[in-house]
Amino acid sequence: MTDEGRWERLALASARIPFRLKVAVVWVLLFVLVGTLFYLSDYDTQWMRENAGFIAGGLRFTLQIALGGIVIAIVLATLGALARLSRNPIAYGVAGFYVSFFRGTPLIVQMFLVYLALPQIGSNLVLRFPELGTNFEQRTILEAATAGTIALGLNYGAYMTEIFRAGIQSVNFGQGEAADALGMTYGTKMRRIVLPQAMRVIIPPTGNEFIAMMKDTALVSFLGVTAASAEMFRRSQLVGKADFKNLEAYVLVALFYWGLTALFTLLQSRLEKRMATGYVRDAGTTRTRRRPGVTG
Amino acid sequence: MTEPLVRVNGLRKTYGHNEVLRGVDLDLHKGEVIVLFGRSGSGKSTLLRCINFLEDPTEGTVEIGGERLGGGHRTRRKREQVRRVRLRVGMVFQQFNLFPHLTVLENVMSGPLALKRGDQRRLAERLGVADPEGAGLDEAALKKRAMELLEEVGVADKAQEHPIRLSGGQQQRVAIARALAMRPEVMLFDEPTSALDPELTGEVLAVMKRLATDTHMPMIVVTHEMGFAREVASRMAFVHAGAILEEGTPQQLFTETRHPETRTFLDAIL
Repeated sequence: MTDEGRWERLALASARIPFRLKVAVVWVLLFVLVGTLFYLSDYDTQWMRENAGFIAGGLRFTLQIALGGIVIAIVLATLGALARLSRNPIAYGVAGFYVSFFRGTPLIVQMFLVYLALPQIGSNLVLRFPELGTNFEQRTILEAATAGTIALGLNYGAYMTEIFRAGIQSVNFGQGEAADALGMTYGTKMRRIVLPQAMRVIIPPTGNEFIAMMKDTALVSFLGVTAASAEMFRRSQLVGKADFKNLEAYVLVALFYWGLTALFTLLQSRLEKRMATGYVRDAGTTRTRRRPGVTG
Repeated sequence: MTEPLVRVNGLRKTYGHNEVLRGVDLDLHKGEVIVLFGRSGSGKSTLLRCINFLEDPTEGTVEIGGERLGGGHRTRRKREQVRRVRLRVGMVFQQFNLFPHLTVLENVMSGPLALKRGDQRRLAERLGVADPEGAGLDEAALKKRAMELLEEVGVADKAQEHPIRLSGGQQQRVAIARALAMRPEVMLFDEPTSALDPELTGEVLAVMKRLATDTHMPMIVVTHEMGFAREVASRMAFVHAGAILEEGTPQQLFTETRHPETRTFLDAIL
């Protein structure tokens, strides 16, 4: 009975502490726990400090690949979504084929298709049709980072086609009709009226896709890149294996990825609030309001 | 009598087995206001929407200013013909359908700004603001014209706001200004006050009335505002089960009702 009474008092005392504070304490404890684990396993801080710069040097390439990939993906997703919503059988068919293939096969396989299978197509075609010229063959041979960027763009574009399609369909039917009634052409209607409104629905999940893509850039390391132009994961692999410092190398690179995605998640939530203009009566205050302390 | 501005001829519209319009004829002459009324589902909105081809007629034709167009598959040529019709016809919707991502002023300018170069030049000529180089519309003139229109409908002070911050009545008046910015030859109103409080209905009807009496804008209005009809309509048409059952001046419809169906409906809503 006394035991139960003690629990009761504890629960009541706990209820007075703000929820956020308790969550913060849990986070701190988890960090301490993981930190202790590393400490006990004799991790080499000296090595980490020496190699952090080299691994972080890959950040530039990680971001380059992700940014290039997301640009390709956005273009493909826009075209794909418009095609999926069109009544043109060619556009609809091509988009369906594209989405089906790139969602239906693993990203890593697609990367190797672009990196290693494409050059073979190029050289075999040139053998068969010499008039294509050697230039054609050269153009099918891509650098690993380029091939990775293209594969990421193609793959994410297929997934994002559905996001964009849903975004476009979320725009009130009356909006398109009002544009039609004003005599706008299809292109103008989409560009000026429908797509800007669809963006509000499209941007949050696209931000998620971008964050996911930043992590998937690590797959490019499988295509084998020279150290100078390697993205973060490749670099951590190189130094970690060379010095038998796998723990340090992978923890370090994991922290870099984590920091990067946390930063972009924050930026994304800011952007979402800005996009509320025209949809929230009190848009002025919404824009500046901040929710405290949300990370990750 | 002169050639009608709008001539609807033998219009039929079916959705699958559902026949919404069963052969409607309707003429609108310059300066006329026609009020269409009838039960919900009678086909009056469909009739209105067939005039600017938001709905494709299954059979029959719509003739506007001498250009006749029927329904059927939208080929490239047909799409362009439909677009030309829409440039001459303004439309106001029940749900306003203002563009929420644009300001009030941008909404009013959205139509003219979206025009192709040649159409912009024609619009500029009609507005009397064509520049000597014939380069189309300059934005300053367009903005001035848009502000004048907002002034006319009484929402000029909200020009820089987004539509969501306006009342329903204000939004609908902006929608009227947006349609007028294209200098239409005819205006179509699809239940323009049905989504509004009674208090706000009055301000929208007042704008429509001024449009009819001051500028003699030809209009086809789907509405149940019988006070407005009595005052403004040149003719009224009772739409029943996909056809115009009775048509005449407000006087004829209200006091010399010929059809018992019309009488029942009028008694119910008056």
